[in-house]
Amino acid sequence: MNRKKLQKLTDSLTKTSKHFNKFEVKCLISLFYNLVGDVTERQGVVIGLDRNAFRNILHVTFGMTDDMTMDRVFRGFDKDNDGCVSVTEWVCGLSVFLRGTLEEKMKYCFEVFDLNGDGFISKEEMFHMLKNSLLKQPSEEDPDEGVKDLVEITLKKMDRDHDGKLSVADYEQAVREETLLLEAFGPCLPDPKSQMEFEAQVFEEPHEFSEM
Amino acid sequence: MAKSTKLTEAQACIEANRNPVAKILGLDYKVIDEISEDSSVLSILDKITKDDDPASETKMKIAMLLKQLDLHLLNHTLKHISLEIRLNPGTFKNDIELLKRFSGKGKQTVLEFIDYTSDYEFSNGCRAPPWRQLRGEICYVLVKPHDAEILCVTCSKGGVFLNGGKTDDEEEVNYERTGEIYKDLVTLLREKSAIFSENMSKQGFLHVRSCHLCTEKVRVSEGQQKEKDQPDETPRKTEDATLHKASTASHRSALESSRINLGKKQMTKRLEPSLNWKTTVDAKGKRSSVRDTQGGKHEGRLEKPRPSILPGIAQFRKSVQKVEDIISDSTSESEEDEEPSERRKEANADLPSEYWQIQKLVKYLKRGNQTATVIALCSMKDFKLAQETCQLAIRNVGGLEVLINLLETDEVKCQIGSLQILKEISHNPQIRRNIVELGGLPVMVNILDSPFKCLKCLAAETIANVAKFRRARRAVRRHGGITKLVALLDHEQNSTEPTYSSLYETKDVEVARCGALALWSCSKSNGNKEAIRKTGGIHLLAQLLKTSHENMLIPVVGTLQECASEENCRAAIKAERIIENLVKNLNSENEQLQEHCAMAIYQCAEDEETRHLMRRHGGLKPLASLLNETDNKERLAAVTGAIWKCSISKENATKFRKYKAIETLVGLLTDQPEEVLVNVVGALGECCQEQENRVIIRKCGGIQPLVKLLVGTNQALLVNVTKAVGACAVEPESMMIIDSLDAVRLLWSLLKSPHPEVKASAAWALCPCIQNAKDAGEMVRSFIGGLELVVSLLKSDNKEVLASVCAAITNIAKDQENLAIITDYGVVPLLSKIANTTDDKLRQHLAEAISRCCMWGRNREAFGEHRAVGLLVRYLKSNDANVHRATAQALYQLSEDADNCITMHENGAVKLLLDMIGSSDHDLQEAAAGCISNIRRLALAIDKARYPYNSNRHYKLPSITQHRTCHSHAQEP
Repeated sequence: MNRKKLQKLTDSLTKTSKHFNKFEVKCLISLFYNLVGDVTERQGVVIGLDRNAFRNILHVTFGMTDDMTMDRVFRGFDKDNDGCVSVTEWVCGLSVFLRGTLEEKMKYCFEVFDLNGDGFISKEEMFHMLKNSLLKQPSEEDPDEGVKDLVEITLKKMDRDHDGKLSVADYEQAVREETLLLEAFGPCLPDPKSQMEFEAQVFEEPHEFSEM
Repeated sequence: MAKSTKLTEAQACIEANRNPVAKILGLDYKVIDEISEDSSVLSILDKITKDDDPASETKMKIAMLLKQLDLHLLNHTLKHISLEIRLNPGTFKNDIELLKRFSGKGKQTVLEFIDYTSDYEFSNGCRAPPWRQLRGEICYVLVKPHDAEILCVTCSKGGVFLNGGKTDDEEEVNYERTGEIYKDLVTLLREKSAIFSENMSKQGFLHVRSCHLCTEKVRVSEGQQKEKDQPDETPRKTEDATLHKASTASHRSALESSRINLGKKQMTKRLEPSLNWKTTVDAKGKRSSVRDTQGGKHEGRLEKPRPSILPGIAQFRKSVQKVEDIISDSTSESEEDEEPSERRKEANADLPSEYWQIQKLVKYLKRGNQTATVIALCSMKDFKLAQETCQLAIRNVGGLEVLINLLETDEVKCQIGSLQILKEISHNPQIRRNIVELGGLPVMVNILDSPFKCLKCLAAETIANVAKFRRARRAVRRHGGITKLVALLDHEQNSTEPTYSSLYETKDVEVARCGALALWSCSKSNGNKEAIRKTGGIHLLAQLLKTSHENMLIPVVGTLQECASEENCRAAIKAERIIENLVKNLNSENEQLQEHCAMAIYQCAEDEETRHLMRRHGGLKPLASLLNETDNKERLAAVTGAIWKCSISKENATKFRKYKAIETLVGLLTDQPEEVLVNVVGALGECCQEQENRVIIRKCGGIQPLVKLLVGTNQALLVNVTKAVGACAVEPESMMIIDSLDAVRLLWSLLKSPHPEVKASAAWALCPCIQNAKDAGEMVRSFIGGLELVVSLLKSDNKEVLASVCAAITNIAKDQENLAIITDYGVVPLLSKIANTTDDKLRQHLAEAISRCCMWGRNREAFGEHRAVGLLVRYLKSNDANVHRATAQALYQLSEDADNCITMHENGAVKLLLDMIGSSDHDLQEAAAGCISNIRRLALAIDKARYPYNSNRHYKLPSITQHRTCHSHAQEP
């Protein structure tokens, strides 16, 4: 990629992403191309991170482990649903992922948790997301009882209109009152520690970037 | 056995002598109740005040004397009476009422029924017909136990017994006694019915708790020390479903306490052999003797275990600190430490639904991954964590361990959730303890290093809650928490640190506030105060003090106030120019802030420079104006404390006069809690050092309330009151008032106080009184045993007491007759004995006392014989000019005796005295010269004796070997 194109891309992305400055955008673009590797640019073929590559990044860099959540995060990034994260999607996604405001993060998280995309988080979805959250004890008669109870607890806490499922409004109201509930059904944002490490690593190596 | 013989003895005593008071004083003074001796005194008093007729007065006088004589005897018998005292109408009524409540059908009750035979109750509480009342019978009761026939019981003053019974067709009861006499109804019933006894003991354990309540109440009513109060009180207790057991217990404790009281009273009486100080018996004498009885009572009260020292206030705390210094910590923590660690074990009986829900949540905390954990934590936060049930439920299901464990993970969300819960539940003292025991503090201290401000804040706030007791505070320090907390205060530096955007962030100011909050709690330990200072905390607090957020200022000033009790910290506070800002905040609207500022000033104003700073920054006026707001007692105590300390500087006292503070202070002498009074009186005492202020106090009638406070029991208060009264006595006109209020006698009585500080202060106060009273000599003599008491105080081992008593003796000895009396009491050997002191203050007053005491008989020689002279000469080497003057005067007096001259000479006094002659102090000059001239004259006489051409051999003296040197020295000046 030539310098001019890069410059142009950087400028346009700096405008679209609210939370990064130009330098940071440059860093992220460079990181993106590093991760994609030496793929020759061809017309018609989108350059990007496919599902596996992206999941790998999530796992290695941000310490995520849950398959399902990682898939959901990938979908969150892949706005155009073409199966891979382009450079624009990368920068925009990270903008919310790392620096998003509470509003942005709530929107993002809700999308992640709303598995079927119907605008509600249903009991079944919750159960699905929480089913591995408790250590199973062999002695228990019904191994899912705890999970069901957790779902009930969560509903009791978050379902403001008592319709048995979480709407966007329910979710946002509950999170506003208790920020800890933002990632109520599984970690889909970087934990603060790995976020710090990531930012420190990516944004504080200007020399490497200048070589490019 | 011994007890029962005592009982019969007492019984016999009472039966033979139904109304001792009435017998001794005649029917005129017969009182309804034999035991209410107080009221009998009162009735006599009433008589006295009503009758002005001289004839009845003499009668009364005799009566009074008889009464006093008998009082001792009476008190003794009272002890026995008090054992039997339960048997009066009130107690019976009470017992029966209680038993009634627990009677009825079914196995659980103690009786089937219990009732009176007669519904009519006489005005004296008896139900027996009048002719039977004469025999001491009170009422008749029909009792049906579960396992026996109906019993008809007679309750009389002598005890309880079965009577002939009541037949259905007859109205009359067969009054004849048919059974044994028991000491009370319950004992009788226990004997007669097995089920009663069994059920009673079953019920027993339920009442243990309510018994505690009763004893509490009894303690409150102890002051009244009238057993009669008991019936009035017990009905209240019955609400607690207290059966007889409780009332027995409370009775017993009341009896015990009253017995102790009586014993104490006797003790005090034995200490003062006569209640009359004055020998002349006139109307005034009577009044004062009455006052003395009151005084005696007060002294009795003094020995009661009553916390007269209040935490937080009072220099008492300081004195304690001085003694124990670093080992002990300040303030209320002792009370905190003694808190029962397990208060309500039995509450587990019926567990609330919260308990099970919390147990379930804790299970999820233990077994869940972080998602489940966060959900469980959030849900747990929805419980009412301020309630003890929830707090203890969390603990009892092992939640604390899990919560603390979560703090050690890397999961920020879990840490936050856990801390939020811990912060709330750590308001509970038991939970605090458990957190410390589980090692929660080191973990929280580590979190203070976290890059997340929100976590820092929560950890600091939780530490602030937990560090309310000593062990916790020490743990914070040991794990380096103080340094980290102090670092939190540095919010300017904090903001330069890189911040990581996170949803859980808070402002830097908030971090500093939480840091200050935690330091406030921690600063109650002395070790932590020092640690705060060493890590530069005072400087940072000074910076924060410049902000204007009340939320921030209160913990900051609170911390400063705590730290200010340490000398080093006060110096740092002064260096950081904090006083200025404290003054500024005195003008704040927030009462709590004002209070803490005033407290901090109170602590700091021990230092002279600080007092001047207070004036320079205009801090005295806001203090004076805050005096007018008396609703908030804590603040008032702090403000008056600050005024007290500030007024130690004369310029400040003058300022306070300008602001009309003295008048206001006098107004605060009545109806205020003790902690306020201590400070008010302290302030007046300091202000009184100035003549004009003394006049003001006299003019606004401040002396009467001051004198009234002399009969108090609070040690700190007494020290201040005596000082204030003493200061007032300097002015002759005030002295007249003091004399007319008989305050000198009260001061003199305080010499018997068990507290050395009070003794010393009282002795100091007596000095100006003796100086300024008319007929001081006569007055002093009129206090019987007074002079002996003063002299005996010379055996004290407290330097301040000794110095003050020496000063008092100096004043007493101005009267020849009194000097003669104290000489008889052996003042000379006692003074000589303490002469080897090195304390300059004591030396000065001792030398003055010696010089005064020389004026009688052969006291000069006696001082020599007791080896005081040589020791006195050493005083001349002291650096204190006052000691020099007093010593020179004493030596001058002593040098009238030839042997003393020799001793002085041998101890090298001449050289030292010669230097003194060069002093600019005229008295010193004169005394030194006089002394030298006496020594010189002696030397001349020896010369004459030596050489045969002079035949006047007046002096038979041992030879002075170096008389020539002495001679030549004396010639030099």
